[in-house]
Amino acid sequence: MRPSTLTAYRWELRKLVSQKRTYLGLGLAMILPIIFVIVQSLRGHHGHDRGNIFASHITESGLATPVLMLLLLSVFMLPLIAALVAGDIVAAEDGNGTLKTILTRSVDRGQVFAAKTLAAMTYATIALFLSAAVATAAGVVVWGFNHVTTFSDTVVSAPEGLLLVFAANAVYLIPLLTVTAFGVLLSTTTHNSAAAVVGTVGFTILLFIVAQIPGIEGLKPYLLTEQFESWQGLLRTPTDWAPIWHSAWVCALYAVPSLFAAYLVFLRRDVAGG
Amino acid sequence: MIEAPSEGDEAPPVKARGLVKRYKEVLAVDHIDLNVQVGDVYGFLGPNGAGKTTTLRMALGLIMPSEGTVELFGRDPMREGARALQGVAGFVEAPRFYPYLAARKNLELLAALDGDGAKERIDEVLEIVELTPRAAHRVGGYSHGMRQRLGIAAALLRRPRLLMLDEPATGLDPAGMRDMRALIRRLADEGITVLLSSHQLPEVQELCDRVAIVDSGRVVYEGALADLRRQGGAGYRLRTTDDARALTIARAQTGIEHVIGTPPTPHGLSFQAEERDVGALSLALAQAGIGILALTPELATLEDLFFRLTET
Repeated sequence: MRPSTLTAYRWELRKLVSQKRTYLGLGLAMILPIIFVIVQSLRGHHGHDRGNIFASHITESGLATPVLMLLLLSVFMLPLIAALVAGDIVAAEDGNGTLKTILTRSVDRGQVFAAKTLAAMTYATIALFLSAAVATAAGVVVWGFNHVTTFSDTVVSAPEGLLLVFAANAVYLIPLLTVTAFGVLLSTTTHNSAAAVVGTVGFTILLFIVAQIPGIEGLKPYLLTEQFESWQGLLRTPTDWAPIWHSAWVCALYAVPSLFAAYLVFLRRDVAGG
Repeated sequence: MIEAPSEGDEAPPVKARGLVKRYKEVLAVDHIDLNVQVGDVYGFLGPNGAGKTTTLRMALGLIMPSEGTVELFGRDPMREGARALQGVAGFVEAPRFYPYLAARKNLELLAALDGDGAKERIDEVLEIVELTPRAAHRVGGYSHGMRQRLGIAAALLRRPRLLMLDEPATGLDPAGMRDMRALIRRLADEGITVLLSSHQLPEVQELCDRVAIVDSGRVVYEGALADLRRQGGAGYRLRTTDDARALTIARAQTGIEHVIGTPPTPHGLSFQAEERDVGALSLALAQAGIGILALTPELATLEDLFFRLTET
């Protein structure tokens, strides 16, 4: 019996687990919230000076910490962590010659591509939720599991706040997986890990710069980087679904062509590396 | 012992027709035809850059031909993907593994991607290539020779009917080369068809019964190695009671060519000739009163023929 895509996916995960590089990104995702909480608790901060409701209430509830961390990390750090694996996942194997090793077994190229893409997306998902979990735990340990105030100045109970934190991360996952899809595209087309990782991060930076250019305000809602903030709609009362739906289809406009192009390239490319 | 499955396929293990690979201006492979038959130990010979590896990559479906087709047991890897590689295994250039995984883990991964009970054969193939004691070590610490052997082990997991090996002895020390040849011979004796790409002529001469010689992307000879050596012209070695006079007579004789030898030498003379002309020469020597001590036919070496075919 021929192997399934699930088998190939499981082995992609095992390969990730066996590589030190994998833990670099996950380590960053975990250590930054801890550093943040330590620094804030040492400062003995009492809020009301940051122009952000969660920053103002940071010492009132540990649940403000994961929200602030998402605000801070969503712009650059989490896309970078996702790019570390997504940009590497095809290109590194091409460079090392192991791509030819696995492509001469009993799995089709489409299966290998699907397994790699799913593994890169799994990694991005784990990094995001790991970061959120550590931020929540650290925040709760230092400032307690108390009610939290949302962007609309509405107070929600701690359990509801926890649910909102999870939901906010889930919504942010949409643009993060889109960055991952773009990373997989570059990894497939460039044959070069470093170029693919740098290219993915460079792409998000480029979009941030484009967003600052005066006179293109009409374009701004369609930039991928603008979707990094759509999760904030969940932390308003009533919930503002509009930016979330907008983000979902805008991200699809980036992700679907990226993955489709990557898939076609992967199916037809010459594997001559290594 | 690894058993080569005998599914009675009618189609030849490898059949390439008009295979072409162009890289922009460079023509790497130029209309290559190959016919590997069941049971062949088929040498794919050529100087570096002749197009051997590119041809193998096309055969394994790793790169797309610019023109032409290649079929493995009647299946085109470009059209049928992994299905076309059923019963086929091997490696192109050096075998590559995940350096951060142990050899056994690498084989487990590949066995998972093979399915078909390959996992149960891991111990067996490690034993065959004599890597069992090092199976738990990371491949990153393996020597070149150990990686080559692991490459064979990875190929054997698939219970191949066709084994495609690209320069398997390259980079090995003399003992490693000898062991590799013995291993290939053993696998061939077990009924596995072997396509052996190499530029090591002694290896091909020792192992292969049929060969294709490629030069600048083109096949300049394909057929039985023995036929090639016969076509290369029969050579003879001659020792007489008077080699100096024999040399003069041989050079004057019609049909006796490439006479070499500066007597007195312990090896006598060597020349090339058709059989009937050798008879005429022996008569001429007898008439001149020269006794023949030894007249032995010698087939041209593969090396002679290889250079004759690729350096013209």
